[in-house]
Amino acid sequence: MRTIKYLLQKEFRQIFRNKAILPLILVVPIVQLIILPLAANYEVKNINLSIVDHDHSAYSRQLISKITASGYFRLIGYNHSYDAAFRAVESDKSDLVLEIPNGFERNLIREQHEKVFIAVNAINGVKANLGGAYLNSIIRDYNMDVRTRLTIPSKTASVPVFEISATNRFNPLMNYHLFMVPGILAFLVTMIGGYLCALNIVKEKEVGTIEQINVTPIRKYHFIFGKLLPFWVIGMVVFSLGLLVSWLVYGIVPKGSIVLLYGFLAVYLLAVLGFGLLVSTFCETQQQAMFIAFFFVMIFILMGGLFTSIDSMPQWAKVIAALNPVTYMIEVMRMIVLKGSRFADIIPHLLKVLVFALVLNSWAILNYRKTN
Amino acid sequence: MINNQFLVFVKKEFAHVLRDRKTLLVLFGLPVMQILIFGFALTNEVKNASIVVLDQAKDHQSQRLIGRIGASRYFDIEGAVDDEEAIEQNLRSGKVKMALVIPSGFSYDLAHRNKAGLRIIADASDPNTANTLSNYLSSIIMDEQAELNANVPVPYTIIPEMRMLYNPQLKGVHNFVPGVMALVLMLVCVMMTAISIVREKETGTMEILLVSPFKPLLVILSKAVPYLLLSLVNVGTILLLSVFVLDLPVNGSILLLLAESTMFIITCLSIGLFISVKAQSQQTAMLISLMGMMLPTILFSGFMFPIENMPKPLQAITNIVPSRWYYIIVKSIMIKGLGFQAIWKETAILAGMAVFLTLVSLKNFKIRLE
Amino acid sequence: METVIKTHELTKRYGDFIAANAISLEVYKGEIFGFLGANGAGKTTAMRMLCGLSTPSSGSAEIAGYDIYRQTEQVKKNIGYMSQKFSLYEDLTVMENIRFFGGIYGLGSKDIRLKGQALIKQLGLESEEKKLVGSLPLGWKQKLAFSVAILHSPKIVFLDEPTGGVDPLTRRQFWDLIYEAADRGITIFVTTHYMDEAEYCGRLSIMVDGNVKALDTPSALKEQYHATSMDDVFYELARGAKRSE
Repeated sequence: MRTIKYLLQKEFRQIFRNKAILPLILVVPIVQLIILPLAANYEVKNINLSIVDHDHSAYSRQLISKITASGYFRLIGYNHSYDAAFRAVESDKSDLVLEIPNGFERNLIREQHEKVFIAVNAINGVKANLGGAYLNSIIRDYNMDVRTRLTIPSKTASVPVFEISATNRFNPLMNYHLFMVPGILAFLVTMIGGYLCALNIVKEKEVGTIEQINVTPIRKYHFIFGKLLPFWVIGMVVFSLGLLVSWLVYGIVPKGSIVLLYGFLAVYLLAVLGFGLLVSTFCETQQQAMFIAFFFVMIFILMGGLFTSIDSMPQWAKVIAALNPVTYMIEVMRMIVLKGSRFADIIPHLLKVLVFALVLNSWAILNYRKTN
Repeated sequence: MINNQFLVFVKKEFAHVLRDRKTLLVLFGLPVMQILIFGFALTNEVKNASIVVLDQAKDHQSQRLIGRIGASRYFDIEGAVDDEEAIEQNLRSGKVKMALVIPSGFSYDLAHRNKAGLRIIADASDPNTANTLSNYLSSIIMDEQAELNANVPVPYTIIPEMRMLYNPQLKGVHNFVPGVMALVLMLVCVMMTAISIVREKETGTMEILLVSPFKPLLVILSKAVPYLLLSLVNVGTILLLSVFVLDLPVNGSILLLLAESTMFIITCLSIGLFISVKAQSQQTAMLISLMGMMLPTILFSGFMFPIENMPKPLQAITNIVPSRWYYIIVKSIMIKGLGFQAIWKETAILAGMAVFLTLVSLKNFKIRLE
Repeated sequence: METVIKTHELTKRYGDFIAANAISLEVYKGEIFGFLGANGAGKTTAMRMLCGLSTPSSGSAEIAGYDIYRQTEQVKKNIGYMSQKFSLYEDLTVMENIRFFGGIYGLGSKDIRLKGQALIKQLGLESEEKKLVGSLPLGWKQKLAFSVAILHSPKIVFLDEPTGGVDPLTRRQFWDLIYEAADRGITIFVTTHYMDEAEYCGRLSIMVDGNVKALDTPSALKEQYHATSMDDVFYELARGAKRSE
């Protein structure tokens, strides 16, 4: 136990004395937490719309004003032909083209039905999908208006309809930051903890001080524990700063228990740091450690469900996601912060992360050799 | 004479690059892995979403509707629940993304009052998924309604006919492949050039090169050649993978695409050169390239995050990120099949950046010599 | 005389390459034992095996009465080590390094304070106590590293080219420290390139191509090879070497 005390004393001194790393640990995460959610905004709004109105009737104008009043669309301009509108799509000025055919009003009234044409720039699938759906539902609403105006009430009443009411739980205002910030916080804690820990032991190898440690009677698990704890504390501090920033900047307060949040983080950090240690036991130089850590952290982040949903991944990718501790952290963050999930809800996640922590750390201890 | 010397230097640089097997593996493995992940694992398409149903009616009509939802490829019915508390529980534990409540007397209401209520409860912690799923579920319910009313003529109907341009199946790859190209080229060119020049500074071999009767410009140029070739190999790999594995053809001219990629690579090399002039240690060079270039590329080039959603100051920043322009170029050529006249502006911006950075670095480089 | 290091045919192979071949020697308590050899002769390999940093391929060895295969932790408690690469933490102060290594070897905090202060006084480092080790001149760093290596009063201390790159005056002072330690009964096992330092040793062994080619006192060696200085002895032996850098 006393050995560990001396180890910790030394590690903390070295960390606090390093003028290059300390700001990196504290400032970079905060800056990222402020910038990332602003940049990583998938909220679909301001869809650029070009309109080709061949009809120029009262009905077509009503439809257009209904669309522009919805708030989802930004009218870029009117074009005389579809080709002209398409060129706006080609040059990325426009996302969506609505073409109203000649005789729209006349045909709708006389023939009882008429088509309108919508062309969506679908390179960005999400935007295309949602933009199209919004436009559809506005047209449907308009259609209802027209129908009520034109038909005798008794006739409409004879058609049975479903009345759908939708409730958005946990995030009624559909605020995208609320979704991204907890995930990004999980990502930052992972980056800081993983990288620093991976680089630390490798640095002792490069400088040669590890030899001096290896001739001492220090036990392997003491040494590993002494390396782990300081970064564990740093991870906790970075996380707390992050929570503070997300409260001050985005007004996010965890709905669930803070104690539960920290409890899960405590276990999760052990797993991340174990990964860092493992990388460092495999590498000889800091450059190597950096590259390898970068490689894996990138996979972890991309496959962790931060930006895209894991549900829609193919089976093999789901397996990788399940073997990725970051997945569980991101999920639990969102559960506790947004949904107020309780201990019983996160037990499966907690157990899995615990297994990761045990396996990665034991592997690191086994792989760290005092003799070769 | 000069040509001969130049060749000797290029050969030496190749030897350095090819000897470091671990790094080489990362360099070639990275694009392949990224293409696979982005191409197959990451999609924004929502399907097989879990849903629970609270069926308080348990009648003929509610069973029909549930059957219809279960048959859709967008939803997997997780099961039926008995009360609202259970819905809450399921949403909170993340087991389901959505719940549908069918009130009692559903068939009766429909038959006698001509309307029946339905309630959708979505887990909106992820707003986009919630939106998309609500839309899907509504349209399934609308389909059911249309079928019920099939023999009743619905008057005055506007029929929207929708066409998805460029990407009819709404696949994610169209967005990602150009982005991955920008990302990989950035990584290889900027980081590797910067580190390899700084390494020579650190070990002192740069001084030896500079005292040799060889122009500094040529020293730099000989460092750039191997990475230029490596990067072109990477471009080739990515294009082959996207055409043959992801079924994403190059709609425009391949030659133009390669020429533009070379332009972007040269811009990246000039950034690497610029960093190497400023940085004193490999560690610093690595951090600057990673924080200063990789992160902005991911954030601000528009392939992961839509630029138009960003606040104005961030939008301004995106203008000085080279990969943003390259991303537009690749998208235009590869997916939209456009020609040079559509992208000359972007090309000019990249060329301007490259010239500017090279001039500034060379100036600094000479000062260091004296 | 008490034997503190005893090896029997200690060998280290890396594939086909035999770095250290069947080394058998005995070192006695309180002795200053010089371990000589050209670059690449296998000195460091042999020393690393004795310190428990490297596992031998075959042969046996006992350090301070403990077996180097089975009782490595016991061995480590009883030895000190200072490598040719400088091995204190440059970003810790003088006193912090002393406290850390003292703590690692299980000294009590009072013990560390007393010994640390004595050490600092002995080296004349009073005014540098709170300075980072990285800012000290190389000579002082080396002296400090040696003092830290014997802080826990080990039975044996291994020194791997401890005076490399140090000026003659500091080397002299360094050897004063070594003699003092030897007087306290600490056995010194030292590798060196400097032949004048070889003369300071009680006994010497000279390695050539992984084998111990000679082992005796400096004067006996000179007599045996009809040489006037250790330089000549070394030259005579190392001339036949096949491997060198």
